[in-house]
This record gives sequence, structure tokens and C-alpha cells, in this order.
Amino acid sequence: MEDSSERTLVSPLTLRSPKGRAIYWTVFALLLVLTLVIFGPLYWMVSSALKPSIEIFQNPPTIWPLNPAWSNYLKAWNVLQYPLYFGNTVILAAGAVLLQLLVSATAAFALSKLRPAGKGIIQFVFFSTLMVPPVVYLIPQFVNISNLPLIHVSLINNWAGVWLPEAANALNILILKSFFDTIPRELTEAAHLDGANSWQLFSRIILPLSRPALAVVTIFTVVASWKDFLWPLLVLFNPEVYSLSVAIYHESGINSTYPLPFNYLMAGLVLASLPPILLFLLFQRQIIRGVNLTGLKG
Amino acid sequence: MFKARLFLQRNLGGYLFLLPALVIFAVFVWYPLVLGFVMSFQNVDMLNPAVWVGWTNYRNVFSDPLFAVAWRNTLVFTGYALLFGYFVPIVLALLINEMRHGKAVFRLAFYLPVMLPPIVVAFLWLFLYNADSGLINSLLGVVHLPGGLWLETKASALPALVVVATWGSAGSTFLIYLAALQGVPASLYEAAELDGSNLWQRIWHITLPTIRPIMLLMLVLQIIATMQVFTEPFTITGGGPDNATLTVLMLIYRYTFQNAEFGEASALGVVLFLVLAVFALIYMRMTGRLMEAD
Repeated sequence: MEDSSERTLVSPLTLRSPKGRAIYWTVFALLLVLTLVIFGPLYWMVSSALKPSIEIFQNPPTIWPLNPAWSNYLKAWNVLQYPLYFGNTVILAAGAVLLQLLVSATAAFALSKLRPAGKGIIQFVFFSTLMVPPVVYLIPQFVNISNLPLIHVSLINNWAGVWLPEAANALNILILKSFFDTIPRELTEAAHLDGANSWQLFSRIILPLSRPALAVVTIFTVVASWKDFLWPLLVLFNPEVYSLSVAIYHESGINSTYPLPFNYLMAGLVLASLPPILLFLLFQRQIIRGVNLTGLKG
Repeated sequence: MFKARLFLQRNLGGYLFLLPALVIFAVFVWYPLVLGFVMSFQNVDMLNPAVWVGWTNYRNVFSDPLFAVAWRNTLVFTGYALLFGYFVPIVLALLINEMRHGKAVFRLAFYLPVMLPPIVVAFLWLFLYNADSGLINSLLGVVHLPGGLWLETKASALPALVVVATWGSAGSTFLIYLAALQGVPASLYEAAELDGSNLWQRIWHITLPTIRPIMLLMLVLQIIATMQVFTEPFTITGGGPDNATLTVLMLIYRYTFQNAEFGEASALGVVLFLVLAVFALIYMRMTGRLMEAD
């Protein structure tokens, strides 16, 4: 991807001409300006979080605070009860990963390798839901969660109320199934002849060979879970179980008479953004591969 | 008897592996989907037993003056979002794909906002737009231009939210196009150049036709995604000023959590479902064609 010798729209020859070079560097400069504009809000978030309250309302604004108040981050950490809500969000993400991997990988394995009778109908049951965005049954789902059919249990204010609806993810099944499909049949047949049962086939052969696909699904589940707002807002309304996003929404006091001081809120936003940004920097390659997988297929 | 045993022996393992997914999909997708249709014909308030009311909910929803307002806002939002969010990522991907320097940095910069939680994006922009101390008005003040009441004016509130949504999501579309451009064979460009084609002809006759399936797909996906807009109007403007940013999903939320009208909310959900289903069907036909093409 970074190979500069690879031929693209503009030929290397054109680029070497004086006119070509002038245009190239003009476009480069424009892109650089655009990058700064895109980054502007992020920079402003980080620097505002370091300003004392008076300096924030100063006009013209200071580019970098005169006396960076790093203590704002500590204050935000405490005021927003960050450890509690960070922990809650981690629990939500970890549960989502475990449950989604379990549900999607087993189903994808059955559809790809075991192929039981009625496979076509079962695939339809899963994949047709790709066309139905969950928001169209948002309210019935809420009613469903408040009083589950047959067992009459309420999952309101319960982690499971967020985990279980998310576990029905047809895109994950599709991604994993297409990956499992690329594992040669000879391999599974050989294991079968050696007396391996379906579970051993799944856990000893298919899963270890599918680490790249499992990594993509895992990272995307963590990011989606960290970004989730509307559903946790509906299900988790006991402050003890808020996710970070829900906590920020409630505790910002935006709509109340006592809003959170602006610099603390900004510091809180930075703290909430750090985990997914770190995740992105660490797993850029997998995420980019995943975007292409999910973008094209779902 | 023997046949049945053979059938079980051959298929039992498969069914056992499918069991978790089948249960989850039945309880958390298919059941609420059906429940939504049933509830749209019932009076449900979660306190009293549900009562069958026929088409009353639909009549109430259609006669609600906010119905037209919410749909109009949602469609205008979708229109603006396509205007900004559809072509910009394509152009950016085309330009950045030509860069011989800093490609990785540009890719990172344009994708980074996508990783932020939507609530962070919303609150950040709420303060950027702030009339007294927001960055936008401050910068305008530096160059002696008058600031604006971006979120408080009916005409500018919805476009202002589109900017927020685009900033927060255009990066993923951009990445998809960037990947699609890698798939354009270099030999085609070389051959076209030997035939004396200029840059625009190459874009028009080679690049765009190659990425066209993905462009169509993105169009439908972006329409489906933007018609579900909720977080930005909910947290930034609360649907105001004067319902200028009230969207369909926000109206569903209001019916449910302000008025306890679960039946009306479900009816509006069914209407939203039918509208999205049209786009979803187009989407499915296109992915079907794409997968055949593979």
C-alpha cells in the first residue's frame, strides 16, 4: 500500500515534470490544511481541558494555555467517577466480545463445516436480519428486555440487557463464515478420520487457524461497544451501571441548572476518547482490514 | 427408526453448534420485530394490560403535526449528509491515493474522528458552536467577521448537525474507497495513457467504473445509516429550536419516554421499517450482484 513505485492514476513521468510537481505539492499542501482543520476540534478539546475557566472564555482564544492546569484531568477523573464508569464500559465491552464470539463463531462453524440439513433456511434466518437495522424495533426490544418471554425476567439495569441483543450480529457470522470457508476441506476431513469430534475440530483446528478474522471481529466489537450510546441509555439508568457515554451524558448537566464546569467536561471527553484512540493506534492494520471487510459486506 | 437415527447422527452436531445463535436471534431479533408489529395495533403503556385498538396508533401518528416535521427533517438531514458525506470521501480518497508522501499520516488523520464515542463528538461540537465562547465564533471574531447563533437559528441548526455527523463518520467511507482504489489495475492506466488519454478521461473511463459497485453500495448504506440519526440532535439541540432538528427516531423516543405511548412509538417504528426496507432491498440486490461478480 505504501509502495511509492506502484503505478496509480498519475504516471511517475508526469509527476517529474515541473508542472506535475507544482500541482502535486499544491494538492499536498491543501490536504495538509484539511488535516489541520479535521484535527482542530481534537486539539481544541485537549487544550481547553487544560485551561482555567476564565481563559476558556477569553477572546481571542489562546492557542495553548498560559498555565496548563493538568489538575483538571484529575478533577474530571474524580468528578465524573471515571474509575467506576471506565470499569463498567470495560465490562460491557468484554462481555460483548465473549458472547458475540461464542454465538457467531459456533454458528459460522456449523454453517461452513458441519452443514446440517436445512442450512439454507437457517442462513436466511440469520442473514436476512442484515437488512433490518435494530432501531426499527428499538421500543419493542425495550419492552422485550423489560419482561423476557416465557421466563419473565427484566434485564433493565443489567449488563445482560446490553450484551444479549448485541450478540445477534449477523455480520459477524458472515465475516467468520467467509473466513472458515477458506480453510481447506482436506484439513477438516483428515482430522475427522483421525477421530476428532466436531468440538475438537472447532476448538483445536478452526479457531487457532482463524486468529486474524477473530481479531477483526474482536476489535470491532470493542470499538462498537465503546461507542454505543442509545441502547445503553435506555437500558442502564441506575447510575451504578452507567457506561462512560451514558455517564457523560447524564453528569454533564447540559440540560440542568448546574452544568459541569466546561474544562472538566472537556477533560472528561478526552479521557473517554483515549481508550479507543489507543486501540486504533495499536491495531491500525486490523482495523483497516476490518473496515474493508465490513464496508463491502455489511 | 434407523433413518431418523442416521439423520440425527449426521446433523445433531451442526444443530447443537447453531443453537446459541438460533436462540439469540429468535429472542432478540425476530421476537421484538414481530412484537413491534403487534404493539403497533395495541394500546401499551407498560402498566395496564395491552388492549387491541386497530389502526388507532397509525391514525394518531399520521395526524400528529410532528410526523411531517420529523420526516422532513430526517430527509433534509439525509440529503445534506449525502451532499457533504458522499462525494468528499471519494475525492479525498482519489487525491490521497496519488500522494507519494505522508499517505499513512493522512489516512490516520481522516479516520481518527471515527474512533471517538458519538457522545464525545456531540459535546465537543456543542462547545465549538457555542455562541459566546465557542471556537468557531472566536475564530470568526479574530478575522472581524460576525459570529452566528449556529444551533439557535432554525435555518442553520440542521446543517450544523450534519457537519458534526460528517466529521465523525466520513473517515470510514474514505478508508473503504482508499482500499477500493488499490484494486484498480495499473496496467489499465498505462494502456490508456499510451492511447493518449488525459487525466480526466482516465478517471472517467477507468477509475470510476472500477469503484462504481462500491459507490452504489455506499450510497444505499449511507442513506440507511443517516436516516437513523439520533445522537447528534438528541444531545446537541434536543430537537430544537422549535423542532427544527426533531428526527424520526427522536419522535419515537419522545412517544415512548415522555408520553408512555408505546403503541404510537411502535407504529412509527413500523413506518420507519417500511421506508428503510425499500433501501435495504436495493442494498441486498446490489450485494447479491457484487457477490456473484466475485
